[in-house]
Amino acid sequence: MTSGTRSGLAGLTLLVILAPPWMRALLESGMAGHMLLQIPLLVLAGTLLAGFVPDRWRARLATCNRHGLSGLLLALLTLAYWMLPRSLDLALESGWAELLKFATLPLLAGLPLALSWRPLGMIGRGVVWSELVAKLAVLGWLYLEAPVRVCTRYLVADQEQVGQALLVIALLLAVTLTLRAFLVDHGRAGESAREATGTRRQKDPSGRTGHAVQDSPGTITDV
Amino acid sequence: MRTLLTLLLIGSLGGTLLYQATDGLRALTSEGARRVAVTDAARPVPDVTLQDQHGDRFSLAELEGRVLVINFIYTRCPTVCLALGDALQQLQRVLPAERLGGDVLLLSISFDPANDTPARLAAYAEWFRAGEGWRVTRPLREADLEALLAQFGVVVIPDGRGGFEHNAALHLVDREGRLVAIRDLDDVDGVRRWLEDAS
Repeated sequence: MTSGTRSGLAGLTLLVILAPPWMRALLESGMAGHMLLQIPLLVLAGTLLAGFVPDRWRARLATCNRHGLSGLLLALLTLAYWMLPRSLDLALESGWAELLKFATLPLLAGLPLALSWRPLGMIGRGVVWSELVAKLAVLGWLYLEAPVRVCTRYLVADQEQVGQALLVIALLLAVTLTLRAFLVDHGRAGESAREATGTRRQKDPSGRTGHAVQDSPGTITDV
Repeated sequence: MRTLLTLLLIGSLGGTLLYQATDGLRALTSEGARRVAVTDAARPVPDVTLQDQHGDRFSLAELEGRVLVINFIYTRCPTVCLALGDALQQLQRVLPAERLGGDVLLLSISFDPANDTPARLAAYAEWFRAGEGWRVTRPLREADLEALLAQFGVVVIPDGRGGFEHNAALHLVDREGRLVAIRDLDDVDGVRRWLEDAS
């Protein structure tokens, strides 16, 4: 079994775990579980599913996804929709909206993100990460300060909890990224230089020819 | 070039969908959506039977021909219903005496009818010095309560401490018995102007 298939199966398994009504009820019972657990996990499942996309398709998609821009835009627009408070409410009220959430977050956010991550390049990925940290922090502050309840299906206390959690996540992410930039990526700079000369390719354990490093799917934690 | 076209396609499609999903960027929350929906298309108010603080029963249909300002409350509410009560109290103060109880009626409807007996409703009315033109009521049948909440788009959720959280707003019903606007509870001036226009 290739690593791509394994990751795809992991994505499917994650979706199967998230889908049962009791699991949805559990995660959606609070705003934090809905926004900060279920939605990110659905996106993660999508990035794992990218392992199923064969090289042939990747090459074809890449022609209209230079620098990963198209995929990034698609993912951002999809995430923008699911960040609307009324979308969360709708997902709780309507089975169709819930189904739409389970389809669009993996397929229109996670999957295109995974396919675009490498092509985005180091600078592109850096921009995404720093924007993410900034947005999470602003959002957290907004949720703490909002004079109104943004979701009619969730309590004000829930909203404040989400606000605090968003600030903590933003802080942790910022610290992690900074540490990575200094510790991990520093060491990797030499590695990528070797990679450019082709010495790395032969050592790749997956045995696939060509852009083995680029093809490893779902590695969006790579900076 | 193909990437550019794809970007344009995704951008325009996605942009259009987001525009649609927010009613033309007018409503990001379901509370906003409810207000936009009512403004765009007035909704007939369901004909339900209510009981007021004096124990008197009446149907909403009987009130046709008057304009109504409605809020949804429960009398044990420690927070937002107090603000809602304040809003109606202010309206009561600024409205001309001949209109209040005449062609204008303030109506508080409890969504906790099991607890809010006429005695409790009377205590609430007394607390806010509700006069003739302000009836504090409860629906008598569960189905009536559900019909009211559904048609007004009010969502009530338990707060885990024996109380509720709910959308707080002032609902304006015209003489034909249609819900035509939903205003913030601190928009007393706006409601007063609307009532003047409706005279």
